[in-house]
Amino acid sequence: MDVIERGETVLSIKQGQAAIAFVCVILGFMLAVQFRTTQDIRSTVPYQRIEDLSQRLIQTEKERDTLQNQISELRKSSAEAATTQQAELVRMGAGVVTVQGPGVSITIDDSKRQSKLGENPNLYIIHDDDILKVINELWAAGAEAISINDQRLIASSEIRCAGPTLSVNNTRYSPPYEIKAIGDPTTLENALKMRGGVVETLQFWGIQISIKTQDNQIVPAYKGAFRFELAKPVKDGV
Amino acid sequence: MMLPVIGLIIGLGIGALFPVSIPVEFAKFMSVALLAALDSVFGGLRAGAEEKFDNTIFITGFFTNALLAASLVYMGDRLGIDLYYVALLAFGLRIFQNLAIIRRYFLKK
Repeated sequence: MDVIERGETVLSIKQGQAAIAFVCVILGFMLAVQFRTTQDIRSTVPYQRIEDLSQRLIQTEKERDTLQNQISELRKSSAEAATTQQAELVRMGAGVVTVQGPGVSITIDDSKRQSKLGENPNLYIIHDDDILKVINELWAAGAEAISINDQRLIASSEIRCAGPTLSVNNTRYSPPYEIKAIGDPTTLENALKMRGGVVETLQFWGIQISIKTQDNQIVPAYKGAFRFELAKPVKDGV
Repeated sequence: MMLPVIGLIIGLGIGALFPVSIPVEFAKFMSVALLAALDSVFGGLRAGAEEKFDNTIFITGFFTNALLAASLVYMGDRLGIDLYYVALLAFGLRIFQNLAIIRRYFLKK
């Protein structure tokens, strides 16, 4: 019977068809996935271009920083009017003066833990909402001035993910982030470290967060410019 | 002979339908595993042609080959030695050998 069957076709392997077919299914699946992966790699932006663009971006940011410094210096020299106490308070509230006082400094860095296979690596890096939670907790605990990596938080400051970095006052920073806050050090520290609080949640994912109380914390001033294109002040009595 | 071909087509279909894509770091592992699977298929066909096919040997061979190759690549990555190529070369050689034997077998008849 075997002989007859062999004579029928050229390809007459009879044994183990099911097992070979099973491995063939796996092989086909892997082929398809590998094909797609290779195409993905090809279709991504060339590395050279990324480097080029980021170089240019850094240069432009440097230029902008120097211009901003110029602005703040010019403003300082012309700020003879703001000598009354009321004006000083407003200026402190607006965040355009460097302030100092007792407070805390918080350093937050990405998790050192390797994400396991199949696990979302996003869980182990810091996001804008993590920072926002910390900031919110600090304001709630009575912080009077807060800065992130030397960017003073003012009324219009944003804290937002910008790719792998964090954008504060339109300036991008990558981890580690240093948050400086002025306020009652023990209150601030306890607010962050309370059970089930923000620090505990972040540490669960291995995010490194350290809090240091400072006797004399310096929080830098806002260096940018204020620009109101649409908003106009309303006269009293309207 | 039809069954393996149908299996291959089904596998391709599944792979094409499911939007699975592996990260670039694992592309090496994937390519070695792919070659291991290819080697197993040719090995199986050869054994079938010689009528010495054994299901257990075939299936265990497939998995141990894939695992050994993957661990070789991993170790190579850690040690800074390109053991990756060793696996590729071994599998590639075997595929050609098996193919030659299968060809002879069919030509002899």
